[in-house]
Amino acid sequence: MAELEAVIGLEIHVQLATRTKMFCGCELSFGDEPNVHTCPVCLAHPGVLPVTNEQAIRYALQIAAALECEVAPRSIFHRKNYFYPDSPKAYQISQYDVPLASNGRLGDVRIHRAHLEEDAAKTIHVGDSGRIHGSSASLVDFNRGGTPLVEIVTEPDLRSAAEAASWARLLRETVRQLGVSDVNMEEGSLRVDGNISVRPAGSEELGTKTELKNMNSFRFLERGIEAELARQRELVEAGGTVAQETLHFNPSDASLTPLRSKEEAHDYRYFPEPDLVSLVPTEEMLREARESLPELPAARIERYRKQMGLAEDTAALLATDPATAAYFEQTAKEAGKGVEPRVVANWVTGELAAALRQDGGDAGAAESKVEPAALAALVAMVQEKKISNSSGKAVLATLVAEGGDPAAIVDREGLAQISDSGELESIVAAAIEANPDAAEQVRAGNRKAIGAIVGFVMKQTKGRADGGEINRLIEAQLDARAG
Amino acid sequence: MASGGGAARLDLETAPRIRRVIDREQVLHVARLARLGLTDAEVETMAGELSGILEHVDRIAALDLDDVEPTSHVVELENVLRADVPHESLPKDVALASAPDPVDGAFRVPSPQAE
Amino acid sequence: MLELTAVEAHEAMAAGELDAGEYAEAWSKAAAGDDLNAYLWRNEDGDGGAIAVDRPSIAPIAVKDIFCTEGVPTTAGSRILDGYRPPYTATAVQRLIEAGAPILGKTNMDEFAMGSSNENSAYGPVLNPWDRTRVPGGSSGGSAAVVGGGLAPWAIGTDTGGSIRQPAALCGIVGLKPTYGAISRYGMIAFASSLDQCGPLTRDVRDAALLLAILQGADPCDSTSVGLRQAPQLPDREDLKGLRFAVPSDLTEHVFDAGVRQVFEATLEKIEALGGELGEVSLPHAEHGISAYYVIAPAEASSNLARYDGVRYGMRAGADGDLIQMYEKTRAEGFGAEVKRRIMLGTYALSSGYYDAYYGQAQKVRTKIAADFRTAFEEFDFVVTPTSPSVAFGLGEKTADPLAMYLNDFFTVPMSLAGIPAISIPAGLSEPEGGGPRLPVGFQIAAPAFAEQGLLDASYALEQAIGFDARPQGVRGG
Ligand SMILES: [Mg+2]
Ligand SMILES: [Zn+2]
Repeated sequence: MAELEAVIGLEIHVQLATRTKMFCGCELSFGDEPNVHTCPVCLAHPGVLPVTNEQAIRYALQIAAALECEVAPRSIFHRKNYFYPDSPKAYQISQYDVPLASNGRLGDVRIHRAHLEEDAAKTIHVGDSGRIHGSSASLVDFNRGGTPLVEIVTEPDLRSAAEAASWARLLRETVRQLGVSDVNMEEGSLRVDGNISVRPAGSEELGTKTELKNMNSFRFLERGIEAELARQRELVEAGGTVAQETLHFNPSDASLTPLRSKEEAHDYRYFPEPDLVSLVPTEEMLREARESLPELPAARIERYRKQMGLAEDTAALLATDPATAAYFEQTAKEAGKGVEPRVVANWVTGELAAALRQDGGDAGAAESKVEPAALAALVAMVQEKKISNSSGKAVLATLVAEGGDPAAIVDREGLAQISDSGELESIVAAAIEANPDAAEQVRAGNRKAIGAIVGFVMKQTKGRADGGEINRLIEAQLDARAG
Repeated sequence: MASGGGAARLDLETAPRIRRVIDREQVLHVARLARLGLTDAEVETMAGELSGILEHVDRIAALDLDDVEPTSHVVELENVLRADVPHESLPKDVALASAPDPVDGAFRVPSPQAE
Repeated sequence: MLELTAVEAHEAMAAGELDAGEYAEAWSKAAAGDDLNAYLWRNEDGDGGAIAVDRPSIAPIAVKDIFCTEGVPTTAGSRILDGYRPPYTATAVQRLIEAGAPILGKTNMDEFAMGSSNENSAYGPVLNPWDRTRVPGGSSGGSAAVVGGGLAPWAIGTDTGGSIRQPAALCGIVGLKPTYGAISRYGMIAFASSLDQCGPLTRDVRDAALLLAILQGADPCDSTSVGLRQAPQLPDREDLKGLRFAVPSDLTEHVFDAGVRQVFEATLEKIEALGGELGEVSLPHAEHGISAYYVIAPAEASSNLARYDGVRYGMRAGADGDLIQMYEKTRAEGFGAEVKRRIMLGTYALSSGYYDAYYGQAQKVRTKIAADFRTAFEEFDFVVTPTSPSVAFGLGEKTADPLAMYLNDFFTVPMSLAGIPAISIPAGLSEPEGGGPRLPVGFQIAAPAFAEQGLLDASYALEQAIGFDARPQGVRGG
């Protein structure tokens, strides 16, 4: 049997950070006592009507622009009918056949559609077991009910759980940087469901998918998808078939339980919402959405790779978080023409990150005591061989601990590279003298033996000499003596 | 255009011939979707009545309207939007005043599936 | 003093000849004499809830119990809302209160406005003031009966497929369904959202104009409301010169009461006598109005009525079962037979596999009906029909045959689907088929969207020419 390939699409619900709900003026909040942000509209009293929140439309258009979607010139709302206590009207106002946005892309993943809808209320199941099936009653809190949501549906372009989790992170950063949502998975302002199937590698057909819910962190997202893929693979390899169902991921034991019995298939009886008129984004709204876009991670990664010559993973490390990106770009700018951005990038992601870790804090580069100008100056000094690599690391450690000017630290600690070749030559000569065995072995062709002599020089110069230069001088002197 | 399945006669001397277009099982399925508990007798009556009504309604099925845009709305408005400005929400006791089973400031309902 | 129309009373108050408080008091007493089961709640009931008006300055009014009134029982004629007191007030009622109209009470109606006879109220049928063995029409039967029966000077109701016009016709009063969007629907309990419209039930056309002027206007709480382009003026037109009236033969050729036909034809003659031109027009799809309507309205209703689930307000049954049992029991016990029938019909029409054949097709018929009217209005100013195929029928006469009941809306539904304004004015009396005392016959005039002023002007001229001044036995006024 051919290898089974994972086919994963994600459905993401993003709560918009508007001040009020989607269709009424109740204030949005998190963590307040139940039912203090309700009104006749969001409690679905008889006779009430929805009125659309303009800011939600603008935020959704920003998301559409960030995801490079096509915006429908005219879209409408539909009613999605289903009974559940968290849905006070017994229908959700959502978009159906004409979503606000479609055909987009983020990174390597295509966006199928992005549409506006309202969030459900919160039900708390009370009972002994704390589980849906064992509970005796539920309490409904309508504070969250009616929060504006953008639902983003991807094409099934993801091929592993890790890829899905890392793409979801990119999406979260993208939406966060638009400033249109808190995108907090624990608080539920970002919710990611997976549509998961497997198929023989190379096949174009899609297998039967399951829907995976309740993965309220990126770690659980990855583990949940991993677990479901394993379950499906085992099933298919044993000759079974995957049943279409919705599964609930339980992070505590990585188990998957069917969420609703599908005895009665869903029939949402969608029809156009007669209480609302159509949505026709104006040129002004579209322009505003486009112009409000900051440079987003995906575009920045692309720019770092193409224009700065950074490797993909380095670019991703620097570009995803806007503060880190700004720090890197400022440092590269300060370092000037003589230093390639690639070198600066390696310092930020390599030496600086290591030094910060060493320091024990969890501050990123941008929050550290190392000013971009200081790092730039340091990198330049190393590059110009004014100080050695190892002196550079020592200076960096000092900068991380107390900040300041690297040139001053170099002076203070006497770390300037020994540039007087006469001085270094005599130290090398002394080192050969002091290590006759090693010198003999090198002459006999064992190049590895040179390490002992180099180590001696390093010790003598306290690291102020360039390793390459030391090697060159030792070899030159040994050759001269032999000749 | 042709008037499809015939005119809506108001002459009700001859009651419409009842063709069973909707059966008992369908009635039960629809009642489940609508969360309507129906007695056996109601299911029977409903099947007959709905069939009669649907037979009348089915006259429009014969109309050739393939190229016609549906009208879900006669209002020619678009972009009726509200500024994102909070209004005052209901005092909590008012919000819960009509609740059949208010508990701890919330609306209590039976659990989705009894044991 | 109760003989005055609302406009006359208003003028007398403005001239300082009539004390608004005393006038309201007199009407309150009249309303207390309700023997038609027309009021479900009166403002004097003293049950703790009341609707106060700062300074009465216009005739008091009866409000269909479909409008939410803060703190005051609002049932929509349904058991499922028994005891419900809304936390807010409908925009239409708010406008009345702000205009200084004391609220006399809430009127009985077919449950959730579904019905044409008022026999679908959970609180018993309303009796026709002309003949208490007959129905007042529906669903705004209570509002029509209080005006026709001298229990209120005027009233508001709602019309989805004829629910203002048909009971107005059956009770011998004026009923106006304005253009969809003219009056806010906020706070009006929804039956079929794309069709529901609030409107006046009054003694005469001028009262209807005054009431429309108070009610109309865009409302930020109703995204589909636009209001009228101009506030309606009191009509004073005396002739119909230069106005063209179309009779849609495809509708009127259908059989209806001989007496109704006679009154209809006599009214056409009066139009000509006033200088109006008559012509025939074809509305080829209008006869399918009933079919389209009985798909669209139940479909929307099935969704609108899904919120009555025993969770947040209203009655709850089956609380000892699980969630689904609670839902099913609550709705089984809370809703009456007609409401259940329409929920079933609408759910079926929207359900998977049937949407295109029913809901989709009905929406297309709607497009064609609206287009038919637009074509007609290129040549004519108005389309006229009888309002109802018959005069008031007997209580219980049609309850066993839902389809026969639905056909009461045959002449009124097409205008609802097209969203255009239509008025019913009393045109005369006719003996019912099978004999009995003569009963009112309504004449329906429809106009293009937002042409309310022209509609009122023409109706006023025709009303004067008809000179309908009959009142049920024992009822003063006119
Ligand atoms: Mg959704
Ligand atoms: Zn609210």
